[in-house]
Amino acid sequence: MNLRKAVNRGLITGLAMSFIGGIGMVTAFNGKVLIEPIVTLGYAVLFALPFVVAVVSTKRVVLEGVETEPYGWGDVAMGAVIGLVGGLLTAGYVILIDTIDVTHTFPDMGPPTVLEMTFHKGLPVGLALLAGGSLLAGTLGGAVRLIPERARSALFVGLLWVVGFAFFEPVIEDMFEFARVVTRFIYAPNGGLNGVAAVIIFIVVTGLAYRFQGGESVLRTRLVGVDDRGRSFPTKLALLLIGVGVVVLPMVLGGLVNELLINVSLFMLMGLGLNIVIGMAGLLDLGYVAFFAVGAYTTAVLTAAQSPTWNPELGWWAALGVTMVVAVIAGILVGTPVIRMRGDYLAIVTLGFGEIVRILLLSDWLKPYFGGAQGIRGIPGINFFGLTISGVDPQLFIYFCIFFVAIAVVVSYRLLYSRVGRAWAAMREDEDVAEATGVGTVTAKLLAFVTGAVLASFAGALVSAKVGTVFTNSFDVLVSLIILVVVIVGGMGSIPGVMVGALVLIGVLGGPRSPGLLAELAEYKLLIYGMILIVMMLKRPEGLIPSARRSRELHHEELTQDAWLDKKGQFTTEQAEEVPA
Amino acid sequence: MTAATEVKPAKVRRFRFNWVDSFLWFIRIAAIITIVIGFIGSIQLFLAGEGPTPAQWRDLVISSISQGAMYGLIALGYSMVYGVLGFINFAHGEVFMSGTMVGFVAADNLFRAGMWESNILLSVLIVLLVAMSTSMLIAVLVEKVAYRPLRGAPRLIPLITSIGVSFFLQYSFAGLFGVGVRTYPALPASVPSRVNILGVPIETTKLVVIVVAILSAIGLWYFVARTRTGRAVRAVAEDKEIAGLMGINVDRTIVTTFAIGGAMAGVAALMWALLFRSVDFTTGFLPGIKAFTAAVLGGIGNLPGALLGGVLLGLFEGTGPLLILAGLGIPAVSQLKDAVAFIALVLVLIFRPSGLLGERLGSEDRA
Repeated sequence: MNLRKAVNRGLITGLAMSFIGGIGMVTAFNGKVLIEPIVTLGYAVLFALPFVVAVVSTKRVVLEGVETEPYGWGDVAMGAVIGLVGGLLTAGYVILIDTIDVTHTFPDMGPPTVLEMTFHKGLPVGLALLAGGSLLAGTLGGAVRLIPERARSALFVGLLWVVGFAFFEPVIEDMFEFARVVTRFIYAPNGGLNGVAAVIIFIVVTGLAYRFQGGESVLRTRLVGVDDRGRSFPTKLALLLIGVGVVVLPMVLGGLVNELLINVSLFMLMGLGLNIVIGMAGLLDLGYVAFFAVGAYTTAVLTAAQSPTWNPELGWWAALGVTMVVAVIAGILVGTPVIRMRGDYLAIVTLGFGEIVRILLLSDWLKPYFGGAQGIRGIPGINFFGLTISGVDPQLFIYFCIFFVAIAVVVSYRLLYSRVGRAWAAMREDEDVAEATGVGTVTAKLLAFVTGAVLASFAGALVSAKVGTVFTNSFDVLVSLIILVVVIVGGMGSIPGVMVGALVLIGVLGGPRSPGLLAELAEYKLLIYGMILIVMMLKRPEGLIPSARRSRELHHEELTQDAWLDKKGQFTTEQAEEVPA
Repeated sequence: MTAATEVKPAKVRRFRFNWVDSFLWFIRIAAIITIVIGFIGSIQLFLAGEGPTPAQWRDLVISSISQGAMYGLIALGYSMVYGVLGFINFAHGEVFMSGTMVGFVAADNLFRAGMWESNILLSVLIVLLVAMSTSMLIAVLVEKVAYRPLRGAPRLIPLITSIGVSFFLQYSFAGLFGVGVRTYPALPASVPSRVNILGVPIETTKLVVIVVAILSAIGLWYFVARTRTGRAVRAVAEDKEIAGLMGINVDRTIVTTFAIGGAMAGVAALMWALLFRSVDFTTGFLPGIKAFTAAVLGGIGNLPGALLGGVLLGLFEGTGPLLILAGLGIPAVSQLKDAVAFIALVLVLIFRPSGLLGERLGSEDRA
């Protein structure tokens, strides 16, 4: 065991624990009970830190030809040291903010935080608990690799399911309204999993996971397999099931969850659009929100009776046709000037375009047309066989969202395997070479911008019909960046990846202005988005569900190296990972 | 025989129609015409006695220059990092913001202790040092944690990471310091509000800002052009590998680059405090983007260019709305200030993509 490294990591852990305490994260997250009565989200996050740091710190980097020390009690000791140092530092920090009043500078470092960090048990007992808990979490983290691989991953799956059940409480309660007895047993009356139910879920899932080892990788193969041209029968079946689920689910779910899903699907739609621009064509567009705004405002002007100056009061579908045309023009207008620009100039110029659009829409100059800061009100909704459907009926409205997402998916797949799709891929890898081999990069780039713009304008048209009003402040640069995170986390260029990314991020964390499942996160949502983005870029730049081509690009060197090692028949990273305890 | 193998000179087509080029020419011409019309309109307004008076114009120009100097100092950070590592450090605006926030804490405490009133010069110096060291620390930490593992990754990866860093820093500061707007204490009454320089009355804060900018530019020039470390920075910017072979510690030099960029952002943070006084966690976003614009305007990787670009951008966005847009008959032009800055960026990249003074990049960054 390397004591110096352990103490170092422990200090980092302590700083991180103090940080999340100091920004009030523990206090806010404790509003969400995971397992009645003891495990709350705040404490779970707090003690996850020493655990994760211990797990990461005890991991061996396996190098060819270098003797690797097997995992043993030294690792447990290291985890314990990390936990202890981290816990003590945090305890010291709690004493510090308890004695010195810094609330006029750091508003969250006051008595409420001290109270939460000491578990409402007073300083001596609370601090002992804090340090002890951290020690325990660190020790467990260090011991994780002593458990055989198969049992370890089964335990992990079990834990994930318990957390999942706790997170998705509103959805599950909503879905199984007809089976009240079951949900009433699983969940405690005022939120959180019932302790007994949590244990049962954990045991059952862990047991199943242990029995059916490798299911997860099969699932991932299926998800990646969706990208392939010739889909296998099980993949097709799974797709069919998902399709049926998507159609049936909104009817079963209540208004609140449907509202959430509408948000998810809007971001899915924009994510798929941005995926064409960034993931397929490799153009980093940071002003994507501009097209969203164009769609929303065009629809608003054309349909709303209260639209200033000019109000043709078209039906929504007719307006959608015009919106598409406007979006195409906007795509060309934004795309043409940036066509010759280098990747990072393009990013900043498109960001500028996004802001220009927002500022112009907000300005007094164009107020007679777009309403300035007041925006446009009274947008009727989607006209559909005599009905007018708006956001007040989320259960019906979501079908329109699903319809447009479906269009986006089909368009994405058709383009991916088309001539244009191959041109984009070539351009993304190396623009000069692509041009030299006869790819018309100008047309390809414009086409990417235009397709992306049209998909975003659909989302804009939907959102204006849903909310009934459009304001400029729902179109700031944050939206562009959140969509970017969705695409990156899901996997650039991967269509199922983007959809899963939208579902996970927007569904659980929430969009820029809309809450997700975990409403307690609201204040820290963007902090978490930032962390996710950094961690993803450092550890898994290809995304959760990578497109096969993209991950080949990113891990090209590693792959060639692995292939070489494989040939010698020894020391592949996969094998070497499993050093016996 | 010679006649048979003689190669006919290829027929040179003098003009080939191209949609993109035509469109770009259209934008160029339209931009020039718009600017000229607006300018003439504004002159007519001025002659008609409408709009700002000459004294107001003078103040406007001075405040634009001081604001531009601030952009220029932030732009140095972008330019140096771009020159050395070849990516836009999107989080640099947040490095600047961290300086303004922590500088505020220092200023606030000095104010409470009464020192702000009694010894303003020393107080400002302390705030400057606090802001500089904070920004430096943050910049170096960010490099170490987020960017160092990404050396050699595809171009867009560090850029996307820096967007994540930007989010993270913004909302960390929001969490730590709260989301409210904080206001720096005003300069004490003992400091005259205006100083006469060659008969021109200039607001003291703006004068201080311009002087500080000039001093730090000289300091930076001395550092980069005359010291050993500066030479190492230039060598690494030219070619990392060769510099490494020549015995330069590349990692340390890159850290130095980030530290200098951070320090300059810290100086800019003090300027922000003097010019605008109010800070919150979003303070860094717009100045960050504008500073990048300034860096591009002057030619990215080019340090004098960054400062010049900053001052020019300050002038564009300060006077542009009144000088050009007002002449076009657009109401409430001051709302469009930010749009003017971004349009300036787009126009620069269309007219002269390598910036006014030209890019200076290492060979590997020209891809």
